[in-house]
Amino acid sequence: MLRVKDINTFYGTSHILHQVSLIVGDGELVSVLGRNGAGKTTLLRSITGINPAKTGTIELDDIDITQMKSHKRTRLGISYVPQARQIIPDLTVAENIELALLGKGMANNRVPQMVFDYFPALEPIAGRKGGVLSGGQQQQLAIARALVQEPKLLLLDEPTEGLQPSVVEEIQMIIKRILAERQCSVLLVEQRLDFVRDITQRFAILETGHIAAQGDVSELTDAVVKKHLQV
Amino acid sequence: MALLDVQGLTTVVSGYTILNNLSFSIDENELRVLLGPNGAGKTTLISMVTGQFKPTSGKIFFNGEDITGRSPDEIFIAGISRKFQVPNMYETLSVYDNILISLQSARKVFKYMFKRVTPEDNERIWEILDFMELARKANEPADTLSHGERQWLELAMLVASNPKLLLLDEPTTGMTEEGKRRTAALIQRIAQNHTVLLVEHDMHVVRQIARKVTVMHQGQVLAEGALDEVVENEMVKAVYLGKGGQH
Repeated sequence: MLRVKDINTFYGTSHILHQVSLIVGDGELVSVLGRNGAGKTTLLRSITGINPAKTGTIELDDIDITQMKSHKRTRLGISYVPQARQIIPDLTVAENIELALLGKGMANNRVPQMVFDYFPALEPIAGRKGGVLSGGQQQQLAIARALVQEPKLLLLDEPTEGLQPSVVEEIQMIIKRILAERQCSVLLVEQRLDFVRDITQRFAILETGHIAAQGDVSELTDAVVKKHLQV
Repeated sequence: MALLDVQGLTTVVSGYTILNNLSFSIDENELRVLLGPNGAGKTTLISMVTGQFKPTSGKIFFNGEDITGRSPDEIFIAGISRKFQVPNMYETLSVYDNILISLQSARKVFKYMFKRVTPEDNERIWEILDFMELARKANEPADTLSHGERQWLELAMLVASNPKLLLLDEPTTGMTEEGKRRTAALIQRIAQNHTVLLVEHDMHVVRQIARKVTVMHQGQVLAEGALDEVVENEMVKAVYLGKGGQH
């Protein structure tokens, strides 16, 4: 599905990602962990094209997308849920979703029933403006907005950050359902180890822009955590 | 006597009731954790206590004095300090200097900018740096610190201002689990000498430090008591913890 090979990404003159390589298989969930500033979000932004890699290659289903514009990557099947969620505050829940459909180039931009099937909490608030939603509602809307684009690859940046336990549990169930029911792979950036261990097949740890460790989630032992994720 | 006593606080914004006749108190030297769903009114409560917003009705007493409607700087001088979710500090100053200007006697920043550091100040700063495990970073500018270290520096600055009550709003946001563990340990240490009200969602952190918790829902207190009892409360499970309550 996704093949990232030896990418180097910069912000201006700051070299953020160094020779990063990573593979996400069909229907697989891979988690990326790392301390703050390790380059996790930059990796997602390189894959989406917001911060394209300077060197190296990124392939989606064997198509080289390394220098492709962001909107073309979206149409190819990459959807991104950023950490800040980026809900448009003056648009309603339904309008936020309709806008995502437009971004994908879908002619019929009515909110599909599938959204309320996955996110029943959004149905009664479909007419409410994005800016007045709680953090949990915003996160559900952000994932819903990505999901209606029928992605092949879903990129989630810390989807549980700042959320109450019951909403974390809901997000966990929704991600599991997406993996089971939709033909979609997930690349997840997350700090909660129990969450990662529960839903992940493979993991990668970024340390100052380098891949410091990766493997099957069974190899994400306390010793590995202590070695690479200690403050 | 309660150090902080909130009586019948109501806040209505644009027709929405955020706090609904909320009554709540904390005793001196308590470490209280405030839980509740996103949107329950936790941050609003803190903003009312620190004077950022004025309540529609109700009273806030601190140390026996009515502080309702007072300005944020008057409330700060009275002894209440707040830590926001995003750290505030002087980015280009060193860790040491950031703590210097937060010392209790330095509540007037400009006075300290042009004053020599006394041996007593210097000793106190190093004491705080050691206490908060920041001594090895003393001479580094704040903007070179990691996310976790920035949070700890802001906690250190709060300690330096020597408040009677510290209000900490989600201080572990964005941290790795190891960072959260260390922050929880630091908060426990701070609570040995201060009264602390902590807003926190991460149940690992809450379990590590909580003695007594208050759960808010829809602007009111839903449950209050020892953590082990509150997490078994069916209403708390329904609105906040979920089935597992593991996160």
